[in-house]
Amino acid sequence: MSRGLKTTIAILAVLVVFGLITLPSLRQAVQRISATQRTEEQARRDVMQVPVSTPTDVKVKAQMYWLSTASPASLEATAIELPLSADPVERSKQLLVALITNAPSTSQRTLPPDALLLAFYLQPDGTGVADFSDALSAETPSGIQSEQLAVDSIVRTLGANVNVIRQLKILIRGQETDTLAGHLDLSGLFSVSPPSAAAAPASPVPDAPVTTGAVKTTTTTPARAPLSPTKQVPQ
Amino acid sequence: MVVLDPAHGGADQGARGESGIAESDIVLSFARLLRISLEAQGLRVLLTRQANDDPTFDDRSKTANAQRGAVFITLHVSSTGKPGTARVYSLAQDGGPPVYRGTGLSRTVLIRWDRAQQGYLDLSRKLAELIQIQMAQRFRGSAETPTTAAVRQLRTVAAPAVAIEVSSVSLPDRTQLDKMAPVLADGVARAVAAFRLVYEAGVK
Repeated sequence: MSRGLKTTIAILAVLVVFGLITLPSLRQAVQRISATQRTEEQARRDVMQVPVSTPTDVKVKAQMYWLSTASPASLEATAIELPLSADPVERSKQLLVALITNAPSTSQRTLPPDALLLAFYLQPDGTGVADFSDALSAETPSGIQSEQLAVDSIVRTLGANVNVIRQLKILIRGQETDTLAGHLDLSGLFSVSPPSAAAAPASPVPDAPVTTGAVKTTTTTPARAPLSPTKQVPQ
Repeated sequence: MVVLDPAHGGADQGARGESGIAESDIVLSFARLLRISLEAQGLRVLLTRQANDDPTFDDRSKTANAQRGAVFITLHVSSTGKPGTARVYSLAQDGGPPVYRGTGLSRTVLIRWDRAQQGYLDLSRKLAELIQIQMAQRFRGSAETPTTAAVRQLRTVAAPAVAIEVSSVSLPDRTQLDKMAPVLADGVARAVAAFRLVYEAGVK
């Protein structure tokens, strides 16, 4: 074996040993960095998404609509205890913040964890206006089904817990946008079913397709439509 | 005339999987195969894009609205959903002011551009039903009935119009999607051929 080859092998052996020694600390460093990123996200949320608390808050069982565990392409109602205000605007804010942050598991999320509710308004005619941060648009998985489930979860959660909202407009950072993430039309209003209709199981209607998933859900039809829950969401 | 719309394109890749599958590429392949199947049924076909460009929603609608008696099909691949399934959507009714409700494209009635689809909802639903039946037969796990949704692209189309969304870009590679393409094309072509009889009777 030539001297050069021996030297090369020796150098390679040293590098391998060095790599084995440094690998665990490298892995720890990567984990630290990712943990730091999570912390930064949490910190940003803590600063931006101020918890909504009002003097009229009462703990109630709120019906929240997240993805079904049995059938992830449909929504299911989950009752969680939340302090909710008597004021419909504050109540709506509390519900939407909870919808983003309190999902039982990451696989049941309908809205991106980084999304922030920037503002909520309620007009006298029952039109709610929810203004979200860019993350709602940028981080919702692109697709008709996923975008529809995101909007449905917002609409159905508000419908089940706030009885004065009749329709909803979704804005992104104060602006009307064409679509949520490339597919679902946000230019119109989405009809919101009142609590009794939203909480009740979907009743069979002549032209309503039957779903085979865990829960039947109604589609968020644009708001000027009659309030009959005649449409379905993916199974 | 069938107008096929491979969604997205250009800088807008649409849904993108971790393995690098881009919705805009897949739907273009689907559209090319579907074109062949539709032409085999004796139908004329137009594509809203032929390559990796990205016409606006309105430009795509314009392609369909310029044709008499057109049928519009926009093709999508989802980010989520059960892989290997396909779902068909027609536009959800918005209940706005009355619009012309014809069975074909009238030359004498002005139709509001932003609500152009409203006069075609019943026909679109019928087309969606026919296609969804074919999808359910061909792709196990697909819904048996179509869905309505506020799909932006459909709103401005003054013709029977549906969206087909295949699941999904989350697959580890595009092989399964490529295998779906000819099956999907055959099913859609058969459904459109069946729909043609209903539609042409209304247009005449």
